Amino acid sequence: MLDTCDFKTQYVLHLADDALVLGQRLSGWCGHGPILEQDIAISNISLDLIGLARQYYQYAAELIGGDTTEDSLAYFRESREFYNHLIVEQPNGDWGDTMSRQFYFDTFHFFQLQHLTRSEDLRLREIATKALKETTYHAQFSAEWIIRLGDGTKESRKRVQKSITHHFPYALEFFETTEFDKQAHDLNLGPDVRELKDKWIEKVREVLNIATLDDINSDAVAKKGGKRGIHSEEHGLILAEMQSVARSYPDAKW
Amino acid sequence: MSQPMGESISIEERFEAFVAEENRVEPKHWMPDAYRKTLVRQISQHAHSEVVGMLPEANWISRAPSLRSKLILLAKVQDEAGHGLYLYSAAETLGTPREKMIDDLLTGKAKYSSIFNYPTLTWADMGAVGWLVDGAAIANQVMLCRTSYGPYSRAMVRICKEESFHQRQGFEIMMNLSKGTKGQKEMAQDALNRWWWPSVMMFGPSDDNSPNSAQSMRWRIKRKSNDELRQEYIDKTVKQAEYLGLTIPDKDLKWNEDTGHYDFGEIDWTEFFDVIAGNGPCNAERIAARQKAHNDGAWVRDAASAYAKKQSRRKKLEEETQDSAA
Repeated sequence: MLDTCDFKTQYVLHLADDALVLGQRLSGWCGHGPILEQDIAISNISLDLIGLARQYYQYAAELIGGDTTEDSLAYFRESREFYNHLIVEQPNGDWGDTMSRQFYFDTFHFFQLQHLTRSEDLRLREIATKALKETTYHAQFSAEWIIRLGDGTKESRKRVQKSITHHFPYALEFFETTEFDKQAHDLNLGPDVRELKDKWIEKVREVLNIATLDDINSDAVAKKGGKRGIHSEEHGLILAEMQSVARSYPDAKW
Repeated sequence: MSQPMGESISIEERFEAFVAEENRVEPKHWMPDAYRKTLVRQISQHAHSEVVGMLPEANWISRAPSLRSKLILLAKVQDEAGHGLYLYSAAETLGTPREKMIDDLLTGKAKYSSIFNYPTLTWADMGAVGWLVDGAAIANQVMLCRTSYGPYSRAMVRICKEESFHQRQGFEIMMNLSKGTKGQKEMAQDALNRWWWPSVMMFGPSDDNSPNSAQSMRWRIKRKSNDELRQEYIDKTVKQAEYLGLTIPDKDLKWNEDTGHYDFGEIDWTEFFDVIAGNGPCNAERIAARQKAHNDGAWVRDAASAYAKKQSRRKKLEEETQDSAA
């Protein structure tokens, strides 16, 4: 797939894959949240992200043309053809793990979307404008949970510190550039992701500080590969589960 | 009930007359203990059913075969959590805290609808559960919109609106399947075969075997008998199955000109009471899943309440500092 579609399509697919894989992960909390109110809240974020993924996939399907649909892109591509960041495919773990993964992603997503609302591409601009409103709420929600858990009990602090430390190297992949990132930036479609890093670090530090958590590790080395289709072993399992019914009945309409 | 109704009449009799005149009982009103107890049992059981009922459907969110169907299913299961919340709140107006009700569920003291002790085995079950299980639930819930306890009836009005939407979504899944490929049609028929009888049992034991019904009817908590509701449901659903081109698994099912209703076969009450007694296919798994969510979430709830306490202390301290500065 990487070889067959143009950079713009790859870029849109990359945006879609982030939203779908994280939305899929979050939907695993539905029915299993720590309290009903949070069960509802996390399902809402999942709904927003899967809804966002649909809009990007629909656009990508139009760019590719032919028989391609949002569902053929979501259900009939292999793991090696997905361009999501590694962090979004990390397991849900406990509530602290989910919030830490979410906090890093939402903070990045917010700045990414802010930039996309100024894209040269009208369609991306429209999608981003709507998503930015939702993401502003997501980012507030996850930051509040980091603060609550960090400044809550001894146990919650210990747990969320571990999650925050663990996910940090994955988060650094946000600022790694691929060929499609470069092209997208050259065409004024999206941001130069390297330029989002300072703002992201500043916001993350601010929240960690309020949460009484340790400052970021400046020596951390980015875990990368997701955007080039080199995923964790878990990724294939996420897709195997997600795609199982669709692939068992390839000619079916739902 | 503010109007005196004669000195010779007891407060219980005044209450009975009040509900018989189709008045709504509100939390601040006097009510018999047994009325309060019946309602707490029924409303909390209803709330638990919403929350436990999330599990068999949540089982298929990750595998929904299209992005659209994934969104619809996720939103539906999320709605059920919302219904659970309204209902716990309605029950709390009767003086029982939510924590106590949840504790009763987790320790097996409180019941929930037995239908959720059946497994969801294929994607078609998402259609069948929406169409049949939500369909049966609505028949019951429409009646409850006019129940005598105000907060319960108001919660039900809201819930009914969403439930009828869910039922249509379930029917849409069944329609797509029954119009689809051979494999899809088989999946749909298989789901109907497995869900039909459990959904018919959802109305509870037959009237001659339902000891609490008469009192609930008198108090206007319940307004139609189990058998009446069951018959209405069957009459309506048979036509829908015909429209789908699916066969209801009951060889005795036939239209009765004289009664104007469908006659149907014998219900397997042994199975019904077995599942209620805890011997259904998924009773243990459902409670285990709720216990796990509750136990795994304990440290999160503790952290949230510890943080809230710290924040309110900080706020108070800030105010005191400002006061002394002034």
